[in-house]
Amino acid sequence: MTADIAAILAIDGIATGAVYALVAIGTVLIFTVTRVIFIPFGDIAAFTALTLAALDAKQLPGTVGLVVVLACMACTMEVVSLARSGELRAVPKAVLFYLVLPLIVVGVVWLTMRFTPPMPVRIVLALLLIMPISPLLDRIVFRPIADASVLLLLTVSVALHFALVGLGLLFFGPEGVRTEPLTSMAIEVAGVHVSGQTVLILTAALVFSGLLFLFFDFTLIGKALRATALNRTGARLMGIRPARAGTIAYLLGSLMAGVSGILIAPVNTIFYDSGFLLGLKAFVGAIVGGMASYPGAALGAFGVGLLESFASFQSSTLKDVIVFSLLIPVLLWRSLASQHSEEEVEE
Amino acid sequence: MRKMLSLTALIGGLVAASTAQADITIGFVTSLSGPGSSIGIPYGRGIQAAMEYKSEVNGEKIKLIQLDDGSDPSAATRNARKLIEEEKVDLLIGTATAPSTIAMMAVATELKVPMIAVSPVIGQPNPADQWGISVPQPASLLVKVVADRMKRDAMKNIGYIGFSDAWGDLVYNGAKAVETEDGIKVLTNERYARVDTSVTGQILKVLAVRPDAVLIGGSGTQGALPLLALGERGFKGKTYGTVALVNPDFVRVGGKAAEGIQVSAGPVIVAEQLPDSHFAKKLALEFRAAYQKAHNLPTTDGFSAYSFDGWMIFTSAAAGALKTAKPGTVEFRKALRDEILGTKELSGVHAVYNFKPGAYHGVDERALVIVRLVNGAWTYQP
Repeated sequence: MTADIAAILAIDGIATGAVYALVAIGTVLIFTVTRVIFIPFGDIAAFTALTLAALDAKQLPGTVGLVVVLACMACTMEVVSLARSGELRAVPKAVLFYLVLPLIVVGVVWLTMRFTPPMPVRIVLALLLIMPISPLLDRIVFRPIADASVLLLLTVSVALHFALVGLGLLFFGPEGVRTEPLTSMAIEVAGVHVSGQTVLILTAALVFSGLLFLFFDFTLIGKALRATALNRTGARLMGIRPARAGTIAYLLGSLMAGVSGILIAPVNTIFYDSGFLLGLKAFVGAIVGGMASYPGAALGAFGVGLLESFASFQSSTLKDVIVFSLLIPVLLWRSLASQHSEEEVEE
Repeated sequence: MRKMLSLTALIGGLVAASTAQADITIGFVTSLSGPGSSIGIPYGRGIQAAMEYKSEVNGEKIKLIQLDDGSDPSAATRNARKLIEEEKVDLLIGTATAPSTIAMMAVATELKVPMIAVSPVIGQPNPADQWGISVPQPASLLVKVVADRMKRDAMKNIGYIGFSDAWGDLVYNGAKAVETEDGIKVLTNERYARVDTSVTGQILKVLAVRPDAVLIGGSGTQGALPLLALGERGFKGKTYGTVALVNPDFVRVGGKAAEGIQVSAGPVIVAEQLPDSHFAKKLALEFRAAYQKAHNLPTTDGFSAYSFDGWMIFTSAAAGALKTAKPGTVEFRKALRDEILGTKELSGVHAVYNFKPGAYHGVDERALVIVRLVNGAWTYQP
């Protein structure tokens, strides 16, 4: 391994790590607010890439079908539960939120498809189309069991991932896609060729982490989310709705996953089932950060990306083994070094 | 109660009657989902086209039962058992991935049912207890024909990158087998998984040995990944591969990076470019017509044609086996096996088949031509 090769591998690792970081931050965000370890996150990223590719090819993306089906299910559930509790006045609002809004998004995509919109518009459309999926899934799957244990929520989340992969095959077909690069620029850093795409990925990761930081520290909604994460009951007493906080967390998280999907689509071939490994590696990164801190999750994700890149050079057959083996020492160190949460509750 | 009994007897009689006039039952397993689905789906379409082309043997109808194995060897094993024990099939055909095919072959041998594999199978069967054959060109032959072409192109140092699975091993071992002192040397053995999204590390390692050419041991869309990485690093040498790469999505995803790759493939891929004297020309065009009729789509891959050739082997063997035994019986299965293993000079769309006990594959170098990707289309390179 020469210095040149190490530099190329490091850049490749940082680019991969940045993608993992976006997903890892989203995972942590959703976990802290709703206590759900959202495994299908990687799938959301992969679906965004597939949606964008379909838009590029001027086909109606399969996501449209997925959103319509989920919107109908979520709306029915919401209306039924409102009717049961006798809050009929809230029904129009629920229908607007769970059915009309997603359908408006679908309609916008369907209409603009005819005009062959430029690349930036297509990206926005793909993101718009992906955004409703997680909140709708939250309403259908997680809201009814919101007070269950973390383990149960995780189990349901894994099951949901498999359901989504099946749906992905149904809607997108078995073949992988690659989209056109967003930029063909390239720069030289210390003699190493760095593609503009890598720079974009890194910038996006940094910008989003920065925006999240600002959002949580300087806006009322952000503070409400943090309050919910700290103590659901306390937040409710203060007039914050945990359900709404969860929806906002899912929307933000989907945006992050969507952006990471858009960014990796030109550099990797994305399949309907590519999301799982992406989500899993991001999850390893989040674990390294202790599932609680955004900078920690981002650093952990960059670490995973670098490790993966160097492992693929040293021993390509054992690459994934090396990455996932990292979990064991990290978990040991975490459980030995951290104080247990019961004590924190008593404070 | 008596009514019940007589009703049961009546139904039982009906069932017995319907099985007495048995059709020939075929159990077909393929991967309609999972990572192998990009070749499993064409296999399925090939069988439908073959049914369109020929759906009975000597007046006996053929009944086809298709199951999905989800690219999972354990599911393939379950499917094979289910087809044999519950559906009483006379023959198994399957499946899209090498590990699953090997798993099915083990079940077929154990339960004594003939099997036509549409994926390559490694190893030497025991001639006394052989129940399966394999249609595709064996990897060793695929690689040998490519290696001969590399020799002809005066390539010496070869870099290898392929899947970290049985297929990657097959291609690598095939390439190693043709190494010679003064000729080809395979210098790297880099691997990546079907679900990987980056092969930068592996490609750097391949380029470090300064190869004249790079051999790709991948399949389908993911086979394009190393080519894209080579393109990014400005690799100017030649690239070679096998028929496993040939599908429209490989060309789409590979784009400019895949341009110029030479692969050894069955003649059906370039049917319309073949000389009229070529054995595969007429049948290949007929197969394409049947496929078009069955699916309303043009054929664009070589995988569906393996299923079609498997069907040809089966129908020609079944015609012989029907003379001595009835479908649905142990005798018929045995007769079918003996007929399949005795296939002589049967022309398919990929090859001329000659099977004999003691070997899974029954094709020779007539089964392969070299095709090159020029402007996104495969062209015949005599």
